[in-house]
Amino acid sequence: MTTNQAGPEVRAKDRVVIRFAGDSGDGMQLTGDRFTSETATFGNDLSTLPNYPAEIRAPAGTLPGVSSFQLHFANYDILTPGDRPDVLVAMNPAALKANIGDLPHGGVLIVNTDEFTRRNLTKVGYSGNPLEDDSLEDYQVHPVAMATLTRGALEETGLSKKDAERAKNMFALGLLSWMYHRPHEGTERFLREKFAKKPDIAEANILAFRAGHAYGETTEAFAVTYEVAPARLAPGTYRQITGNTAMAYGIVAAGRTTGLPVFLGTYPITPASDILHELSRHKAFGVTTFQAEDEIAGVGAALGASFGGSLGVTTTSGPGIALKSETIGLAVALELPLLVIDVQRGGPSTGLPTKTEQADLLQAMFGRNGEAPLPIIAPRSPGDCFHAAVEAAAIAVQYRTPVIVLSDGALANGSEPWKVPDASTLESVDPQFATEPNAPDGSGEFWPYLRDTETLARPWAIPGTPGLEHRVGGLEKADGRGSISYDPDNHDRMVRLRQAKIDGIDVPDVEVHDPDGNAELLVIGWGSTYGPIEAGARRVRALGHAVATAHLRHLNPMPANLGVILSRYRTVLVPEMNLGQLALLLRGRYLVDAKSYTKVSGLPFKAEELQDVFLEYVDPDFLSSPEQADTARQEAHA
Amino acid sequence: MTTDLGMPGLALVPTTDAKQTAKDYTSDQEVRWCPGCGDYAVLAAVRQFLPTLGIKRENTMFVSGIGCSSRFPYYLNTYGMHSIHGRAPTIATGLAVSRPDLSVWVVTGDGDALSIGGNHLIHALRRNVNLKILLFNNRIYGLTKGQYSPTSEVGKVTKSTPMGSLDHPFNPISLALGAEASFVGRALDSDRKGLTEILGAAAAHRGSALVEIFQDCPIFNDGSFDLLRKPETKDQRLIPIRHGEPIRFGPAGEDGLGQYAVVQRGFGLEVVDGASFDPADIVTHDATNLELAFALSRLSDQDLDHTVTGVFRDVDRPTYDDAARAQVQQAKDADPNADLQALLHGRDTWTIA
Repeated sequence: MTTNQAGPEVRAKDRVVIRFAGDSGDGMQLTGDRFTSETATFGNDLSTLPNYPAEIRAPAGTLPGVSSFQLHFANYDILTPGDRPDVLVAMNPAALKANIGDLPHGGVLIVNTDEFTRRNLTKVGYSGNPLEDDSLEDYQVHPVAMATLTRGALEETGLSKKDAERAKNMFALGLLSWMYHRPHEGTERFLREKFAKKPDIAEANILAFRAGHAYGETTEAFAVTYEVAPARLAPGTYRQITGNTAMAYGIVAAGRTTGLPVFLGTYPITPASDILHELSRHKAFGVTTFQAEDEIAGVGAALGASFGGSLGVTTTSGPGIALKSETIGLAVALELPLLVIDVQRGGPSTGLPTKTEQADLLQAMFGRNGEAPLPIIAPRSPGDCFHAAVEAAAIAVQYRTPVIVLSDGALANGSEPWKVPDASTLESVDPQFATEPNAPDGSGEFWPYLRDTETLARPWAIPGTPGLEHRVGGLEKADGRGSISYDPDNHDRMVRLRQAKIDGIDVPDVEVHDPDGNAELLVIGWGSTYGPIEAGARRVRALGHAVATAHLRHLNPMPANLGVILSRYRTVLVPEMNLGQLALLLRGRYLVDAKSYTKVSGLPFKAEELQDVFLEYVDPDFLSSPEQADTARQEAHA
Repeated sequence: MTTDLGMPGLALVPTTDAKQTAKDYTSDQEVRWCPGCGDYAVLAAVRQFLPTLGIKRENTMFVSGIGCSSRFPYYLNTYGMHSIHGRAPTIATGLAVSRPDLSVWVVTGDGDALSIGGNHLIHALRRNVNLKILLFNNRIYGLTKGQYSPTSEVGKVTKSTPMGSLDHPFNPISLALGAEASFVGRALDSDRKGLTEILGAAAAHRGSALVEIFQDCPIFNDGSFDLLRKPETKDQRLIPIRHGEPIRFGPAGEDGLGQYAVVQRGFGLEVVDGASFDPADIVTHDATNLELAFALSRLSDQDLDHTVTGVFRDVDRPTYDDAARAQVQQAKDADPNADLQALLHGRDTWTIA
């Protein structure tokens, strides 16, 4: 794209937050994805927050039908999808009404005026047209007749009026791409591939995309365009990735690092299904995907495959993890490797299928009958899902145990730049299948529950190995020999051995980030709250206060140094998207008076929100002066 | 080494020339069923039968759910898993798909397979996964001490139904046929010969096989199949069928065939006196004829008036596990050096120096 020297002023910015909002049929997720890809290719750091209804096509033009996609991009490393948009693109009155409250005064509002009909306005409760009264005077409003302009641009294509108008999201994308100097080759290539079987539709979308761009360039309606320079991230090759894709890649990689064929047994469920979709495309890596009749069958088949010497994997979300509980308990008793991916969503029950939450932690910890401990790992960002899956598989194989990976809706669908890992540096794990009888009494028998003295893992003897025929099952086993045992002492010993095995898993120490070195407040979180917690802490530090942060990647077992760390701080604060589940664990385990800050709105924490919470602890007087607080906030927009 | 034993179901399972006996297939675990339990007879039959397959013992896998019959794997010296209630077909599916070199058997009961595990049973059958399901049907819950089951006759008085059970039972054969099963058979626990023959046919079949085994619970449902056992009643009731043979049963008549015969009546079948019918009108069993198999399954109502044993259905149909492995192989052939680094890299990247 050539820069028009006589064109609008080009203003440099460090960071921008854009939110595309429209009807669920308007293609806002696709628009956001494409802008994200363009932005990634350009080299900005970025973080995204898709937010859409559970209904595939909620009633058109209604508030519940609004779908949005928020993207935060910057020339430095950022941690969250942004609190509030700088730019809001509203494709209809419902999108305006649902999102305008988040747009700060002075923010840029781009509106598709074609949808602002009396009928559509009434549908969402506007008595007048906000574009015609003064209700939007605090914003920089750009009314654009996107549908009309798109239709005009596509006149020559012979597409019907309706089909032509459907490309208006690409018009919006083209306009925003122009405003922010995004590269456009990727989008055009993407459209050609996506609509490879319908070249006329592909060309129509490309025309609309170009028309949006040209509109910005030629109409002089926009006085300013913005440049956000590439981010100065650590050297390396980057790509954009979502949490679900990273998780799927991690599972493929785990097949390589363990040398085991991957068997995914699963059942479609939002928001975990994309892991199945992705894995089903990678059979060339020896990945078998089995879409079962239900959640229980999915995990059952995975466990069966594990007994047979595969890396059994199952993926699910909230209600699914409840259904799988009994089989996970069996896996605990069988002491077989099993990877359980839980992409947490709003609960209880069906809850909020497309929204995020962290409320499955205690279920992962304790949600099985009997004492049934298992390791839990939670990734902290979309790209980190890859490493979490690889690590979880290594633990599962080494310790012969099911492992739960707790992702969540924000990680699963959110995306960020991801430094492409060097596959050759991934640590491999030898499954060490049993091949010989092992009875210590020299009887030549095979004892399936004779444990490794160091890891307490039992031998994994797979069918087809002569001489090691053995039976496992959910009934209590005799320590060592593995036959059925109802002996009271044996049961007590086996319960403690299973616990000791999990407690003894070697997890790295937790690291504390305390740049000032004298913080009295420790903020500790887990999972996807990593970004907002670090962003909130950055802001607080920018205001001159000391705050320490720590992130718990290993929820079970917890790092060995955690107790000591917690005892060092006057205040321990645990922000969570639940009602205080980690806080409960920390209080119970370490007798620390951990404070909880909780929110369960289905949306991630905002950096500003956490900043205010942290400030209450480090400087209770601070918030008593709203003006001072406002000024400081504006200065510290990390 | 695998050889074609004329048993497609075991085509990929390694064979052995070593002589194997029932003792080889007997584990060191003490069998703990109640005295007189029909499970003993089935266990003895299976221990005798398995060595005749000529496959390696270590490539034999038994998976069970929960219930009396589900203790079965503990008593066989093969690989085995005693899993959870109703879920054995799911575990067996994972094994069968990922390990074509195994002969995978599921042992289940009427409660395990038809109540809590009904969903998994029908889906395993429709998928046609290469596994053999032995459904021990004693028409009662034994391990929980005597409640009615989904195959109990209506009005059954049990601990949980003191005024009689209310719900209509499943007919497991009709259910399996409706679930698209490619192999369906039935045997009586005490009929060693008939049972062994059906086990052999099931093992030979490539795909899911459901074998219903009528079996007595002497404690909670004693004598439930006596009508099919006692000479004075079984002659009119027990109808053994064999593919390609006319369906005649009961004491031999003048032509040496059974006194009774099965003939077509409308869309269904009817039992008649064979002597009074033209042999051409007597139904010849065809295990590939789904409608016939279904009609035969409907001869047996819950009162065991006419109970068919033998192989109802045996047809070739692509198996899920073969097809799933073929897809993986196809993908591998198309991309023999699947490059993990290339996958991680993707197409759109940028570099920061």
